[in-house]
Amino acid sequence: MSSIEVVGLTKRFGPLTAVDDVSFQVEEGEVFGFLGPNGAGKTTTINILCTLLRPTAGSARVAGYDVASQKDAVRQSIGLVFQDPSLDDRLTAYENMRFHAHLYNVPGKEHARRIEETLRVVDLWDRRNGIVRTFSGGMRRRLEIARGMLHYPRVLFLDEPTIGLDPQTRENLWDYILELQRTHNITIFMTTHYMEEAEHCNRIGIIDQGKVVALDTPDALKRMVGADIVSIRTEDNERAAREIRERFGLETQQEDSRIRMEVADGAEFIPKVVCELGVAVLSVDLHRPTLDDVFLKLTGRAIREAEADPLSFMRLHGRLWGRGGR
Amino acid sequence: MTATYTPATGLPTRGRRASLEANARGVYIIWYRELMRYRRDRARLISSLGQPLLFLIVFGSGLTASLGGGLKDQLGNVSYVRFLFPGIIAMAVLFTAVFSAISIVWDREFGFLREVLVAPISRASVVLGKAVGGSTVAMLQGAILLVLAPVLGVTLGPLIVLKLLGLMFLTAFALTSLGILIAARLQSMEAFQMIMNFLIMPMFFLSGAFFPLRSLPAWMSVITRLDPVAYGVDPMRRLLLGADLAPGIRIGNHHLGTAEDCLILAVFAAVMMLLAMRAFESQE
Repeated sequence: MSSIEVVGLTKRFGPLTAVDDVSFQVEEGEVFGFLGPNGAGKTTTINILCTLLRPTAGSARVAGYDVASQKDAVRQSIGLVFQDPSLDDRLTAYENMRFHAHLYNVPGKEHARRIEETLRVVDLWDRRNGIVRTFSGGMRRRLEIARGMLHYPRVLFLDEPTIGLDPQTRENLWDYILELQRTHNITIFMTTHYMEEAEHCNRIGIIDQGKVVALDTPDALKRMVGADIVSIRTEDNERAAREIRERFGLETQQEDSRIRMEVADGAEFIPKVVCELGVAVLSVDLHRPTLDDVFLKLTGRAIREAEADPLSFMRLHGRLWGRGGR
Repeated sequence: MTATYTPATGLPTRGRRASLEANARGVYIIWYRELMRYRRDRARLISSLGQPLLFLIVFGSGLTASLGGGLKDQLGNVSYVRFLFPGIIAMAVLFTAVFSAISIVWDREFGFLREVLVAPISRASVVLGKAVGGSTVAMLQGAILLVLAPVLGVTLGPLIVLKLLGLMFLTAFALTSLGILIAARLQSMEAFQMIMNFLIMPMFFLSGAFFPLRSLPAWMSVITRLDPVAYGVDPMRRLLLGADLAPGIRIGNHHLGTAEDCLILAVFAAVMMLLAMRAFESQE
C-alpha cells in the first residue's frame, strides 16, 4: 500500500501557482525526499499533505486518508517536524512531550514509557527537565523529532529538518532518523535543499517552480546526467591507454599527465583497472555526477542560482503574504 | 522498542465518544499549559501585582487629597481607596485575561501555534482550552489582590470570596474570548499595541473602576453601558462594599442586579467564544 498518494495536486495563492499539477506516490517504509530551491513549492506541498492548507485542485491521501475530508484521521497518523521551531520554549522538554501526548490522545498509562523511550532515542532523556529556552538548535530539533514520534505516526514529515544546524549535528540527526525508520518501518517524507542530505533518501522528487521535474532513486537520477569519469596517472600513459582499449573496450583521452575515461560505475571499475593494468597506477581520481549536476541539467540553473532568481523570491514571499499560508 | 511500536490509526477506529474524549483532553492540556507558563513567569506575577498596587496607592491617595470634597459627596463615608479596590481587581482580571489571549500572537510568531493547530483535535477545543486557561490565570491574579482586603478594612467571608471568584472567572472568560477573537486576526505584536490603546484602555476607564457611573455626561453613560467590563466591576463592588456604592447599572428605570450582570457577561462571552471558534476554524 502506498503511504502517500498525490494526484494532480495544485495550490494557487492569488495569481501565483505554488504547486502545479503534482502527482507522485510514496511507498510504506520509504524515505522520500523533495529536493528543490527555496520557494519551489516544497513547504506548500508538505502543508497540504499535513492538512494545514487546502489544495486548490487535485487530491492527496496520507496513510489512506484524504487530506481534505479526513483531516483528523490524517493528523492522528502523521508526525511533523517543521522548518521553524514549534516548541514552547518556556516549558521543559518533558512538559512539551506531555503536552503533545495529551493533544494526540496517547493513552494515559502509556505517557511515561513512551516519553522516556522517544527522549532516549534522541539522547535527551538526561535533559528532560531542562527548559527548552536553554537548549541549543540541535537539541531543539532532536526534541521536535522525538515529539513527532511520540504518538507513533505511520508517516513522519520533516520539513528541512537540519536547516541551520552544524554538519556534525546534521549527521547525528540523520543517524537518528534512519534508525527510527529502520526499526519502526515508518514512511519518511522530507524536504531539503541540501544535496548531500538528499542522498539519504530511497527516492527523490526534484521540484522546481511548483512542478516535479524528475522522480527516481538518487543513483538513477545521477545516471541521467551521464557516466562516472575516472582519470588515472600511470608510469606509462600510452601503454595504459592501449591496454584499457584492449581489455575494457573503453576510449580514453589524454589530458595533461593523466588519461580520462567514462565508465558506467567508477567505483567498480577502479579496482579492476588498478589490478589488471600492466603498468603501475600512480593516482586515481573519480568524479561522479552529483544531484547538483542533475538539477542543473533539468532546470538549466544551479540550485543556488535558482534561489536568487526573482520569481522564486516571489513564490517564497507570495506564500508568506497569503494569509496563514506559512 | 520495536515490539511496543504500534502505529497510530486514524479516526475510523475511534467512535464519537472517543473523539469527544480526545477533545476534552485537548482542552485540559491547553488549560494546563497556561497554568504552567503562569507559574514559571515570576516577572509577570510580580509586575501584575505591582501595577494594581501602584494604582491603588498613588492614584487612590492622590485623588483623595486633591478632590476630597467632591468625592465625599459621591461616596459618602467610604474612602476613595476602598472604592477603587474592586475596580483594581477588575483591572487585574481584564489585563491578565487579554494578555493571556493575545499570547496566541506570540505562539504564532514563535511557531508553537502550529503544533496545536495540526493536532487531531477540533479548533473549537483549542479555543475553549485557551479561554478556560486564560480565565483561570486571570481569576488567580484577581484573587491574589484579595489579600489587601483586611488592610483596606473590607471584610471577606468564605461565601463572598467564592462568589467573587465566580464573578472574576466569568468576567475573565468574557474578556479572554474577546481577546482570542482579536488574536485570531492579529498578525503582529505592533497591532496589539493599537488594540491596547484604542480598545482595552477605554474599556478599563469606562468600566466604573475609577469613578461611579452615576451622574456622567449622557454620551459617556451610553458608552459605559456597552462596556462588558462594567458588568463585572459593578457586582464585584456590590459584593465587597455593599449596594450603596454599587446600585447597579441603570437601564431605563431599572437597576441591574448581580444575576442580570452575570447573564449579560455570559451572553457576551458566548457570542465572543462562538466568533473566536469560527475565526480559528477558518485558519489554515
